[in-house]
Amino acid sequence: MLEINNLHVKLEEEDKVILRGVNLKIGAGEVHAIMGPNGSGKSTLSYVLSGRDGYEVTEGSAKLEGQELLEMEPEARAAVGLFLAFQYPVEIPGVGNMTFLRTAVNAQRKARNETEISAGDFLKLVREKAKALQIDAEMLKRPVNVGFSGGEKKRNEILQMAMLEPKMCILDETDSGLDVDAMKLVAEGVNALRGAGRSFLVITHYQRLLDHIKPDFVHIMAAGRIIKTGGPELALEVENNGYADLLAESV
Amino acid sequence: MAVLQSKHDALQARIAALSFAPQGWLGAARSDALARLTAMGLPGKRDEYWRYTDPTGLNAVEAAPVTLFDPGDEPAPFSGVDRLKIVFVDGVFDASQSDALALEGVQIERTCDAAEADIHWASALYGVLEARGQSPVQRPFAALNSAFADDGLLIRVTQTPSKPISLIYHHKSMTSDVILHHCIKVESGAEVTILENGAAAARFNHVMEIEVADDARFHHIRAQGRAHTRQAVTHLFARIGRNAAFKSFTLTANGRLTRNDAVLELLGADSVAHVAGAALGDGDFHHDDTVFITHAAERCESRQVFKKVLKNGAVGVFQGKILVKQGAQKTDGYQISQALMLDGDSQFLAKPELEIYADDVKCSHGSTSGAIDETALFYLRSRGVPLRQAQSLLVLAFLAEAISEIEDEVISDDIRQRLQSWLARHEH
Ligand SMILES: Nc1ncnc2c1ncn2[C@@H]1O[C@H](COP(=O)(O)OP(=O)(O)O)[C@@H](O)[C@H]1O
Ligand SMILES: [Mg+2]
Repeated sequence: MLEINNLHVKLEEEDKVILRGVNLKIGAGEVHAIMGPNGSGKSTLSYVLSGRDGYEVTEGSAKLEGQELLEMEPEARAAVGLFLAFQYPVEIPGVGNMTFLRTAVNAQRKARNETEISAGDFLKLVREKAKALQIDAEMLKRPVNVGFSGGEKKRNEILQMAMLEPKMCILDETDSGLDVDAMKLVAEGVNALRGAGRSFLVITHYQRLLDHIKPDFVHIMAAGRIIKTGGPELALEVENNGYADLLAESV
Repeated sequence: MAVLQSKHDALQARIAALSFAPQGWLGAARSDALARLTAMGLPGKRDEYWRYTDPTGLNAVEAAPVTLFDPGDEPAPFSGVDRLKIVFVDGVFDASQSDALALEGVQIERTCDAAEADIHWASALYGVLEARGQSPVQRPFAALNSAFADDGLLIRVTQTPSKPISLIYHHKSMTSDVILHHCIKVESGAEVTILENGAAAARFNHVMEIEVADDARFHHIRAQGRAHTRQAVTHLFARIGRNAAFKSFTLTANGRLTRNDAVLELLGADSVAHVAGAALGDGDFHHDDTVFITHAAERCESRQVFKKVLKNGAVGVFQGKILVKQGAQKTDGYQISQALMLDGDSQFLAKPELEIYADDVKCSHGSTSGAIDETALFYLRSRGVPLRQAQSLLVLAFLAEAISEIEDEVISDDIRQRLQSWLARHEH
């Protein structure tokens, strides 16, 4: 599904190198987790994959089902099936959540030469998906993420994901700031989307989320590289011992 | 105070070719206006409220010729609204293109037809509100308008009519220099909506004097003509009674020069005055909103909401004042002026003012200018929304607060549609 090869990234404005040769291969239907200390480059990886400005790729490639992502506009990456649930979802005053969702769904359909979804079908679909995430009608009417609590913002990200049905989902610390119940809700939302060959890259600090979303592989990222890869047991090791031993090992 | 000789000379040149009709009650009103105008002269660049907007083009003896605007197959504003249509062509009422001036609950006359009457209700309005609005800030173009208006309507609303009254200003001559003056009186308990649209002229001087009686409501939605090189100076003067409402919204897209003044007086308790505008400028565009709202009674609410979208060197100006007089307790005054710069070349000049002589009031004002929020833009694109569409969505979001001042949904949808198509035409 996703194949990242020797990805090197620096900041566009400064000479600061953030990613130093990331290699990652995610098969169809697999769930991968990335853990790692703050500042190791996890969010940068997710932003670079989704096409945010401000970064310069100096080497390497990232392919989604064989198509080079790094040369595409952000909207084109979304249209081929990439989705990023933001660590810090963005507030957009003046744009209603419903308008936002419908615009996004139809833009992607259009990019894929599919017909637009009718207003009625859209409404039915949103209501159904929102209900599962305990997002009420009031939240759907409000401007995108404006006045939402931290947990509401994260659930709203999952709602977007559910509506857009991407192939490759990246979740950047979707669990941080959530209480146990909210985290369960989010995990259920994610699990409901598993299958159908859909792949996930889950960035997290906590084993907790991985209890609910069982990963096939766990990677440890440090200083812009993946320094270790293992099974779910690696997350447990981090939970118990922190990163210190792993970092020492890798030097 | 004597007028500077240069200003006096400029004025004499400016009005030399204008026709002055001295007959009847209207003649008296015109003479008074001419006296006011002569005492103040035309505005100069050093005048306090003309520092940001150069009046040269408005002072010039002749209107600079313009290229006529061709809207193509785009529907005219308010096309989908059931309304009474009244058409002016280059500033002259055109009966053949207008509906019959008959609407239940409303009397509509051309000012020139009413001028012969011995007494007329409009004599208490024509030039009267304009004269009140000359202090503390002088507005010479409004006095010039009262003195020399070519045409205009007197509209008296005694009962709420079934549909809006729509004034349409067609523009046929490249050099038309038009002065229109309307008076509107909304009697107690009545509610009316006035729509205005069209480029009107190469140079357009427009005055509307509005009396909103106790318990009456007045709505005004205007779409100023899109001709690129036209110039316009407009004034709304309103006197608002008790438990009454005045709401005005203006959409301005294009125009080399637009100066829109609104001078509103809240004279009775528990009333509201809202004035809002959305302006879109690309290139040779100068747009000035100058607002003066006086709170002279208790528990009134006023809102000024002005949003400007500027690119390619376009200039936006906002000069807005809230004056709260002694005794106008529990005043709620709100003022916001914001510019969205679509590139680095444009300019926004704002002069918000508060002057308060009562102690129990709530007044706020804010003014900002900034670029499109890049983070929001990326967020939209990451969801698959193409760049241009994402930009338009954010521009409309920026304008939303101003558009939401329009109460009627059919009309606000019409305005939103026009904004969208303008944005589509002006993508970079
Ligand atoms: N736009 C940026 N400007 C400046 N520094 C940045 C920017 N993006 C990332 N960084 C820096 O790059 C490093 C990696 O950040 P990030 O990818 O957010 O790490 P993580 O998500 O693993 O905590 C940090 O040192 C961070 O400060
Ligand atoms: Mg991060």
